[in-house]
Amino acid sequence: MWLINSSIGRKLIMSISGIMLVLFLLFHGLMNMVVIFSADAYNAICAFLGANWYALIATKGLALGFMVHILYAMYLSFQNLKARGKERYAVTDKQDKVSWASQNMLVLGLIVFGFLALHLYHFWSKMQLVEIGHMLGKHVGDIDKAVDGAYWITYWFSQPVYAIIYLVWLSALWFHLTHGVWSSLHSLGLNNQTWLPRVKCISNIFATLVVLLFVSVVVYTYVYQNFVL
Amino acid sequence: MEKTINVTLKVWRQAGPKAQGKFETYKLNNVSTDSSFLEMMDILNEQLISERKEPVAFDHDCREGICGMCSLYINGHPHGPDGEITTCQLHMRKFKDGDTITIEPWRSAAFPVIKDLMVNRGAYDKIIQAGGFVSVNTGGVPDGNAIPISKIYADEAMDAASCIGCGACAAACKNGSAMLFVAAKVSQLALLPQGKVERATRAKAMVAKMDELGFGNCTNTGACEAECPKNISISHIARLNREFLSAKIKD
Amino acid sequence: MAKKETVVETTQAVKPTETPIMIDAKVPSGPLAEKWKNYKAHQKLVNPSNKRRLDIIVVGTGLAGASAAASLAELGFNVLNFCIQDSPRRAHSIAAQGGINAAKNYQNDGDSVYRLFYDTIKGGDYRARESNVYRLAEVSGSIIDQCVAQGVPFAREYGGLLDNRSFGGAQVSRTFYAKGQTGQQLLLGAYSALSRQVGKGAVKLYSRYEMLDVVIIDGRARGIIARNLVSGKIERFFAHAVVVGTGGYGNVFFLSTNAMGSNGSAAIQMYKKGAYFANPCYAQIHPTCIPVHGEFQSKLTLMSESLRNDGRIWVPKKKEDAEAIRKGTLKPTDLKEEDRDYYLERRYPAFGNLVPRDVASRAAKERCDAGYGVGATGLAVYLDFADSIKRLGLDVVKARYGNLFQMYEKIVDDNPYETPMMIYPAIHYTMGGIWVDYELQTSVKGLFCIGEANFSDHGANRLGASALMQGLADGYFVLPYTIQNYLADQIQVPRMSTDLPEFIEAEKEVNDKIQKLLSIQGQRSVDSIHRELGLVMWDFVGMGRNKEGLQLAIDKIKAIKKEFWTNVYIPGKADDLNVELEKALRVADFIEIGNLMARDALQREESCGGHFREEYQTPEGEALRNDDEYAYAACWKYMGEDADPVMLKERLDYEFIKRQQRNYKA
Repeated sequence: MWLINSSIGRKLIMSISGIMLVLFLLFHGLMNMVVIFSADAYNAICAFLGANWYALIATKGLALGFMVHILYAMYLSFQNLKARGKERYAVTDKQDKVSWASQNMLVLGLIVFGFLALHLYHFWSKMQLVEIGHMLGKHVGDIDKAVDGAYWITYWFSQPVYAIIYLVWLSALWFHLTHGVWSSLHSLGLNNQTWLPRVKCISNIFATLVVLLFVSVVVYTYVYQNFVL
Repeated sequence: MEKTINVTLKVWRQAGPKAQGKFETYKLNNVSTDSSFLEMMDILNEQLISERKEPVAFDHDCREGICGMCSLYINGHPHGPDGEITTCQLHMRKFKDGDTITIEPWRSAAFPVIKDLMVNRGAYDKIIQAGGFVSVNTGGVPDGNAIPISKIYADEAMDAASCIGCGACAAACKNGSAMLFVAAKVSQLALLPQGKVERATRAKAMVAKMDELGFGNCTNTGACEAECPKNISISHIARLNREFLSAKIKD
Repeated sequence: MAKKETVVETTQAVKPTETPIMIDAKVPSGPLAEKWKNYKAHQKLVNPSNKRRLDIIVVGTGLAGASAAASLAELGFNVLNFCIQDSPRRAHSIAAQGGINAAKNYQNDGDSVYRLFYDTIKGGDYRARESNVYRLAEVSGSIIDQCVAQGVPFAREYGGLLDNRSFGGAQVSRTFYAKGQTGQQLLLGAYSALSRQVGKGAVKLYSRYEMLDVVIIDGRARGIIARNLVSGKIERFFAHAVVVGTGGYGNVFFLSTNAMGSNGSAAIQMYKKGAYFANPCYAQIHPTCIPVHGEFQSKLTLMSESLRNDGRIWVPKKKEDAEAIRKGTLKPTDLKEEDRDYYLERRYPAFGNLVPRDVASRAAKERCDAGYGVGATGLAVYLDFADSIKRLGLDVVKARYGNLFQMYEKIVDDNPYETPMMIYPAIHYTMGGIWVDYELQTSVKGLFCIGEANFSDHGANRLGASALMQGLADGYFVLPYTIQNYLADQIQVPRMSTDLPEFIEAEKEVNDKIQKLLSIQGQRSVDSIHRELGLVMWDFVGMGRNKEGLQLAIDKIKAIKKEFWTNVYIPGKADDLNVELEKALRVADFIEIGNLMARDALQREESCGGHFREEYQTPEGEALRNDDEYAYAACWKYMGEDADPVMLKERLDYEFIKRQQRNYKA
């Protein structure tokens, strides 16, 4: 199967799973923005995305996307390491036009993935997981708070440690996206000489906007809870 | 007018493909800054020969930047620290008195070391043999002007075709990928009407051969373009992706 | 053929007698334009099933070698192809910049096969074989078609049709080009055709192999001995015919625009096995190269001839100014207009800076020898663009020559937009080479020679953009026909064992030679002796030659040969990758070639094309040809290690063109 056996096929998988994740991020980020304007509206969305069949399917799809993206990344990196040969260069130097992020995508990805565990604990395990448990008749958390996303946002982001941890996480995500977004388009072949700089520019603006959506909620919540109230 | 410098060279020495290699350090005094890097290597070898030692083996031929034979990894860069040139076009005026210069062979699993700084780049030939051509026999072809070709496409094909097959792209790539090399040829022929007939089979065959030979997977870092002595754009890689994917989807 | 030969002893420049000698070139009869057509119509062919049973060795993968190997394999022959580089794509044809000529007349400017033929004959100073040159012009158009079909990205007009540029020695625009990398693109075209056949298994490719001898069995070439340059192993290869396209021997001068590995060893091996070496003294010197900068210089870099279209060449008028410039106390830009000597414009008012290569080269040497040279060494002249920048504007000059100026700046570290470029002539191409007949067969049966390696179609001087044309003509369109005329008689010959005594003997000779070289263990490096040879060649067998100098050169070369064979030091072993050994084997042969060149230059008591004898010049200092006595190709026959070679002749009868004196003054 060429999607597994050929290098460009493998990249296609990386590209498509990556784009899926980026679109999820965009959606997630936009959704988060709602909390700034209205906690109730935000909670309505949370309820909408609770343990309903469509949300569960989407969650499974998302999890699959994550796993594929990460497993392929590991597989590709392992192959690439092998392709470099046994002897390594004794001296390496930076190349002017090569971005730092592009050289460190796996590390950045792993950082993002690592923090994701924390994030799932902070939110998912308190919300959708509780609902699922409730449906199955098990008590794994406070079912009242499971649909109160705004509560959890306030709870976590008002604590300076978590606010900072999330900002560090988001900056790793930003680095990952600055290379990831345009690169996924490039791997799909959607590029040419004229559009190369444009695609890079647009992708970077897009990546920055997506990350800013998340950052703004963290910063807003922290500032609002600690200084305004 | 002539300026000279003293340099310390750390050179990779390896007796053969299977032998264990290591760095040797040599001091070289009064090297004219007007001399080319390879002339400096000649001086080193003359010095070694006069000490009745074996000279350093390295690949080189035309010494004017077109044959693609020279292949040294100098201070962390394929073809050295200057841009858009091959090793043979690098001059000693790029270095300062007292510099230590580390010289390594291309490092890539698909380019095994033959001796010292020489590597085997036969893999690139094999990729071309797999499909980097237009299948026409000698004779019986239409007149050169029978098919007009847009100047824009012809020029872009020429930019891709200027690849010298030196291997710097794979040597520079942290993934050991040969995508820029393959892309340059696929792109050149896909842009020209003569090459369009076989574009699908060509892209598939060349990529399959590239993968089979143990080159890595491209992650679009762009290090290949940054180090390419002919400044070949990674936009050709996008075209290769396009050619390959559309060929596979049609299957 | 042998019965027609008359041997003339010529070690001391014997006057040729009027008795016709001569070697028969097997030129078909009939009118010029019909010869090739008739030949093809009547030649013998090999049928497809027999082709499979015939093996052909092709040595070299340049334009000639790669195109021949690919074309022969396409026909169905079994081809074994050898090159010394790591890949066939690196052959030195790749370095040709300017373009390739073809009589397409796409520009509607009056070009024709006849005109290309005529220009080539005239450019070669009437020392080429008419029938071959006409055939070359005839097939030139097919080369362009072939290359376009292969996907060679030639320069195009906005309308999508092929573009042409003009080149020296012609009044029409017939040169096709691909940026400044025409040789590269044509070679990659031939390489891709070759690669296709390698992929199919029709060509077996041996890269990093060097031919060290040709094996002759019963008077016919039947194989080669080659050294695997990686393992050092000597191997034997059989074939029904051997084709050699290994390029020119310009590196006999040590410093040349040739690649470091370019060599004349295959030619010497053929010569020693009975092939004649023709016109060795015809070497082309290119006027616009970057000057020598120091004693460790390894090669010279060519700057495209097109620079002379807009640059003005000059040296200081006064010796004291030249001296001050050499010392660095005076800048060229500070020199007043009236203190500059635009010597080409002064001497050749009609052509000015655009005189042919040989004329421009000699004029530069004349000024430098007289003490007016510039640069640290005094061996350079200025090529000045200040006037053009003033006249055309910086942008136009940048558009036309930007890449060349950048290349110059990378090498010399001077900005040619601000200070004049420095240039000096350098050895560039050798018109001489192994003698071949109309079928490109040498005087040894079954041994063919193509491209720059043969004595070629360029006579005494090659026009720009003609080398690529000749290499590809030989490989694509001539040899694949003519070799069949030979092989048609060989279909009954079975593949021979490489254990035959002839193979064993040839391999033993090669091994003995290598052992001898390694056992000398003297004090001199190979390069140091090569440099010494190069200096002798440049001083006495270079741009200006004379009787005393040439005789002196013969003695000096003899001394160098002795020094080489008694005092060279080669580190390393025979059965290993050993670059010094490779170089030593080549230098041993360069010494032989140097000797032949000097002898040939000595016997040719006239000046023509790339051969300038100072005794034979017009009162104005121009080349003086002697058609009555020297209208022949000098073919040198090897007589043994210690004997002097003897010269045979092929008379160059001109049936269709009248010889004239070249004139570039008015």
